[in-house]
Amino acid sequence: MKKFAVWLGQGILYAALATVIVVFSHWPAYQNLAADRALIKISISHQGQLLGDCVELTPQELAKLPPNMRAPKSCPRERSPLTIEVDVDGQLAHRQVAKPSGLSGDGAAVVYRRLEVPAGKHHIEVRMKDNARSEGFDYTRSEEVDLAPAEILVVDFDAATRRIILL
Amino acid sequence: MNAQAIRNSWKRFEDTLDVIFPGGSNPLRNLGAIACLMFAILLLSGIYLYAVFDTSVAGAWQSVDALSRQQPWLGGWLRSMHRYAADGFMIATVLHLVREWIMGHHSRFRRVTWLTGIPLLAFLYVSGIGGFWLNWDRLGQYAAVASAELLDALPLLATSLSRNFLSAESVSDRLFSLLVFVHLGVPLLLLFGLWFHLQRITRPRILPPRSVSIGVLASLGIIALAVPVLSTAPAELGLVATALPLDWILLHLLVLADMLSARSTWMLIALVLALLVAAPLFSARATAAVAVVDADNCNGCRRCVEDCPYSAITLEPHPHGKPGQQIAVVAAERCASCGICAGACPSATPFRSVVELVNGIDMPQLSVDMLRRTLLDALASARVPQIIAFGCAHGLDVEALGEADVTGYNLLCTGMLPPSFVEYALRAGAVGVIISGCAEGACEFRLGNTWTAQRLRGEREPHLRRIVSSRDYRVVFAGDRDRGSLDQAIKELRGNAATGINP
Repeated sequence: MKKFAVWLGQGILYAALATVIVVFSHWPAYQNLAADRALIKISISHQGQLLGDCVELTPQELAKLPPNMRAPKSCPRERSPLTIEVDVDGQLAHRQVAKPSGLSGDGAAVVYRRLEVPAGKHHIEVRMKDNARSEGFDYTRSEEVDLAPAEILVVDFDAATRRIILL
Repeated sequence: MNAQAIRNSWKRFEDTLDVIFPGGSNPLRNLGAIACLMFAILLLSGIYLYAVFDTSVAGAWQSVDALSRQQPWLGGWLRSMHRYAADGFMIATVLHLVREWIMGHHSRFRRVTWLTGIPLLAFLYVSGIGGFWLNWDRLGQYAAVASAELLDALPLLATSLSRNFLSAESVSDRLFSLLVFVHLGVPLLLLFGLWFHLQRITRPRILPPRSVSIGVLASLGIIALAVPVLSTAPAELGLVATALPLDWILLHLLVLADMLSARSTWMLIALVLALLVAAPLFSARATAAVAVVDADNCNGCRRCVEDCPYSAITLEPHPHGKPGQQIAVVAAERCASCGICAGACPSATPFRSVVELVNGIDMPQLSVDMLRRTLLDALASARVPQIIAFGCAHGLDVEALGEADVTGYNLLCTGMLPPSFVEYALRAGAVGVIISGCAEGACEFRLGNTWTAQRLRGEREPHLRRIVSSRDYRVVFAGDRDRGSLDQAIKELRGNAATGINP
């Protein structure tokens, strides 16, 4: 009888372990976006314009340099930060100034942001600036979009065509 | 509630479960071994899954889904076992960590074992989350995108990982090969880390007792058949994966990042890891005296080396011996001060006719000589015939039994008792001897109970001579709360009219 009770107890506890695994490996369902919402994903990885131009070094300046480093021109590596603004239905939804990556600030600036919006029609306007020496925004794009529930609209920049793209 | 109260509550819970899981088969006392069993299931089932897995974007979902639909009795079952074993691995590992923390098993001689276990937790998370990517269904899509977003919050990568999952075109077969590499490589790192984790443990229990293994395997096998794991719809990067049948056991960190933010989640992870790493520093436990070797009485027989549970003893050339003779050397930082080495030493027999019994290896705080002297004094001064109870500092307090005919000695560990002391006590006039200790499978120093039982049965050196009748002694591995078992042993020994050995 005692042995039967032990077996029964073990069976119940192993069943409890199995139940915990089965239940929490599937349930409760996770709703990471409400059913009537859509997502605008701003994802841009872009190298801004150079902050300065190459300058020719004078003979005196060259003379101060070690012989193996006497290049006639000095070119700054640092890139402009990336400024981006996104309006949704006329309201500023996101503004960010992203610094270029890398120790010397010569890499790509990265912008990644998720914006949840109600599904349906929206007016999207994207402005981007990648040159610190220019006035205003260098690129703009304005578009009407109709987003289905759970649909993702990606805002990106195509460096080859130098255009803001909406995917 | 202080640490001791929590420890006592946990012990009570374990003791309660001992009733249902007797003979050392309590799963809570075998959590590390259960985690290893889960890992073994993962590795074995993973071999088959890898063999049939198509490492391309177009073929990944198809190949995994086909397992469940076209071969449910083999591939589908193995896939489900793989997933449920991963869940079980996480549960067993976290419980193992929590238990060792509560029991205070993170400082002194266990510090290295504790610290080497922390990276394993990180590898487990990476392996677990990475497994979902490969299914490339909606759940896999969520896991991939959410973990990429989480990683992007670290200032380590120049480019954004999340950009790999912007659209169907951005996910390449090459990326998938990388994901497969991560899911194979990190578990191998885990295996390697496990080797480090067990370095300072002699004879680690890699697999749980047979009854526990059967229980765990049967549980997983049945749920893998009854509730098979199925893929959700194929990944579609143009849509957010919603209403997911989430595996909360493995993917909770990703949900946490959704709820807080990636940066906050990393801060929380860093805080938890820092607490785990710092735990040994905040331990208030006093450092006990470690084993001491006496060169004149140590002949390098190796028994203490074999019996030490924490690999704290090595052999080196003997300073006074003949060429080739060795001597035991104790690494103080690894010594648990359990005294199991003293119990293993052949020179620890109390029958030696020396005034002061100096052992080859002994504990300064409770030497074999002290034990022999106090034992003889107690038997000589007793008004009634005595039962001698050798207990353990982590088991029942045999010095406070309150029985007029029982003299108790709380040893550092039951394993420090040289078995010849049983015969010695009987010859010196004891009517019986009780050896008590931690509950079965719960020895504070891992091997004390095992070695004691084997020595008494004559299966391990030094052994108890066969001349000693088993009627005259009782072994009670009942933990520190089961007074009833001890009382029963006392009652039985009182009933013994003759010992069979003349004092």
